[in-house]
Amino acid sequence: MKSYKIIDHEYDVVVLGAGGSGLRAAVGLSEAGLKTACVSKVFPTRSHTSAAQGGISAALGNMGEDDWRWHMYDTVKGADWLGDQDCIEYLCKEAPRAVLELEKYGVPFSRTEDGKIYQRPFGGMTKNYGNEPVQRTCAAADRTGHAILHTLYGQALKHKTEFFIEYFALDLLMKDGQCKGLIAWNLNDGTIHRFRSHITIIATGGYGKVYYSATSAHTCTGDGNAMVLRAGLPLQDMEFVQFHPTGIYGHGTLISEGVRGEGGYLVNSKGERFMERYAPKAKDLASRDVVSRSIAVEINEGRGVGNEKDHVHLHLNHLDPKVIEERLPGISESSRLFANVDVTKEPIPVVPTVHYNMGGIPTNYKAEVLTLNGSEKTVPGLMAIGEAACVSVHGANRLGSNSLIDLVVFGRAAAKRAAELVKPGTPHEEISQSETDKCLERFDKLRNASGTNNTADLRMAMQKTMQSKCAVFRTEKTLKEGVNEIRKPFEGMDDLSVKDKSLIFNTDLVETLEFDNLIRQAITTMDSAYHRKESRGAHAREDFPKRNDEKFMQHTLSWCDGKKTKIDYRPVHRSTLSNDVQYFPPQERVY
Amino acid sequence: MVQINLPQNSKVEKGKFFKDKTGSKNIRKVNIYRWDPSTGENPRIDTYEVDMDNCPSKVLDLLNKIKNEIDPSIAYRRSCAHGVCGSCAMNMDGKNGLACTKPHSEIKGDINIYPLPHLKVLKDLIGDLSTLYKQYESVEPWLKTTSKTEKENIQSKGDRAKLDGLYECIMCACCSTSCPSYWWNGDKYLGPAVLLQAYRWIIDSRDEDRKERLKKVADELKLYRCHTIMNCTNACPKGLNPAKAIASIKKMLATS
Repeated sequence: MKSYKIIDHEYDVVVLGAGGSGLRAAVGLSEAGLKTACVSKVFPTRSHTSAAQGGISAALGNMGEDDWRWHMYDTVKGADWLGDQDCIEYLCKEAPRAVLELEKYGVPFSRTEDGKIYQRPFGGMTKNYGNEPVQRTCAAADRTGHAILHTLYGQALKHKTEFFIEYFALDLLMKDGQCKGLIAWNLNDGTIHRFRSHITIIATGGYGKVYYSATSAHTCTGDGNAMVLRAGLPLQDMEFVQFHPTGIYGHGTLISEGVRGEGGYLVNSKGERFMERYAPKAKDLASRDVVSRSIAVEINEGRGVGNEKDHVHLHLNHLDPKVIEERLPGISESSRLFANVDVTKEPIPVVPTVHYNMGGIPTNYKAEVLTLNGSEKTVPGLMAIGEAACVSVHGANRLGSNSLIDLVVFGRAAAKRAAELVKPGTPHEEISQSETDKCLERFDKLRNASGTNNTADLRMAMQKTMQSKCAVFRTEKTLKEGVNEIRKPFEGMDDLSVKDKSLIFNTDLVETLEFDNLIRQAITTMDSAYHRKESRGAHAREDFPKRNDEKFMQHTLSWCDGKKTKIDYRPVHRSTLSNDVQYFPPQERVY
Repeated sequence: MVQINLPQNSKVEKGKFFKDKTGSKNIRKVNIYRWDPSTGENPRIDTYEVDMDNCPSKVLDLLNKIKNEIDPSIAYRRSCAHGVCGSCAMNMDGKNGLACTKPHSEIKGDINIYPLPHLKVLKDLIGDLSTLYKQYESVEPWLKTTSKTEKENIQSKGDRAKLDGLYECIMCACCSTSCPSYWWNGDKYLGPAVLLQAYRWIIDSRDEDRKERLKKVADELKLYRCHTIMNCTNACPKGLNPAKAIASIKKMLATS
């Protein structure tokens, strides 16, 4: 691979990804005096954190009494007891501090009458261990993610973080089971860059684009997850894919849970507020997996709306237009643009839409990547945060507004841990050329692919298979078909066609590399789902409708080499981090 | 006789024609600016015939259809597809906007798609925004306060409302690249996008650096190259009003 020009860099830490978690980590690392590079395939404010709407959870208690232990209980229950409670304790306890920090960075939060951060009700967020709803979700109108992302980018500029923007990461550099950096392709001029670092932090987000209909951006391709798989490390709990109850029918654009938080509700073709039947107490504010399943049942039983009876209606036209204007301006705009609906007059047509990956790179609460080698082991030099990581705080189902808090709490934790582990300016070890060669061989092979299968066609085949075989409800039959079918687009890469052979902004090749990343995650998702023969959180098996704690209160670990996977399990952590709170033993989960 | 030469690669040539292969009766012609820096060739306009019976409503859908089904080599930025990330800003039918929110039904006749005007083109529809990003950095877009309180800064609802219409900016650059003053003096004039952001921090009641911020921006070139042409406000796909923000800065300077 002598034909590629390689430029070498040395950093104490490299952060891959510049969304909410990557930027928060970069800020902390720069503050700690570590020489930090932040590498991203898009300009930071284009990251998908910008699409988060409703808010960020933290028990600030601005709207009435609240307690981080209640938040912890809600998260444990929302996760259907697949979350690690030590990590969840850390998340909920640190949340208020992390949000106050964001406010001080300048996030334009909405305000209460007395000028504090405004908080709204959200699904599954309750008072006093599962009682009435609590207002815990801190909001900047319905543009909270956008507000946080832009503010964090400003902070990173303040701290003079070094950015490498529109660099597409190819692979990790591994040596004896340790991570030594990464290789990336600079789209601006076509050069290849080798970053050597003592710690590499993966913050590349989710991989929603394995599905046909998702609220995820085109760029949500889980590149870091796939790099981890190629490095011979496992991903965790990949079968848990969250369907957001309210994506705009036909387009997939997200309509925030904040709509229901502010008093919006769902109705079927009979005009019935059906959530009352499925979740008598929480109703429309039950957790997302419950609401999505309820909508799916309504549609399956013929009570959907529209010509095809394949969606439901979300009403907010009963709300005061002033409340809509002040707190939900963004979704009013989206509804007008993508559903041609005036939300003050008509309901929004919605359908459950793929939204979030609970699964990802396994880590502990310090953001250190874990693998299984007899027992749980950390991978030196490698960390993961944000949606790319599976800490696991969201377990089998994430609560709304727990994602943004996950980004900043663990972004911060990663920076803290890195500062403990790395002395600024420590010299770097030599790494063998073979790692670079292996990486560039794959790159070169894809670039020069001159077969007959278009990347777009293979991607479509993958997305349609995921959509039909690994949906809200799953069975042995659909999953078994899925396990076979999902390998076909992977095999299709043997006869791949990439038309553009150039190196500068070759988006044909970028999308091919992204597809190569997506398909590996699609395979691990399908195989992990097939092997989990129970229903838990977002993983609903019609043939195994009950949760099986005895057998499956475990994290799935999946390795993937080509189209071959290996599945194993690691026990859920059944203890807390401190004595400030007691372990919450498994209960039946009703809302 | 003075001879005037156009800069290298500035002459746009007629490009390839991609005839419809679907046999559809509902065809539209889409003309797209193409330029590949690695070929050494001049830019060209390629024309694609697209089957509109099977194409969703936005210009981005149209581009995706062309990229997926006709010509995978075409390069453009895109991400969220619903108007929040600001990636797919381009010039469509002579007007700047986001391809993901612009319905192609609003365009009559052939659909002409170009990169944002007056940017250095990196490839096809991808413009170089690095100058704008540096200018953004120059307004120091972070909160400056000396308060050491553990709790949040208190901000009244009224003061918070002053940020509405400002903080929503997605930095797509539709406004700045529609501004004639920015076209001619883009290296010195900050332009509407960056001035809107400057004002967002000037007007934030929590910020303690207002005077300094105003002083830094009070410059013949940085600020006063705005001649109230209002193209920026017309171009903003988010319905924001950068011209008003600039006028507010000028007013604050005049009255301080």
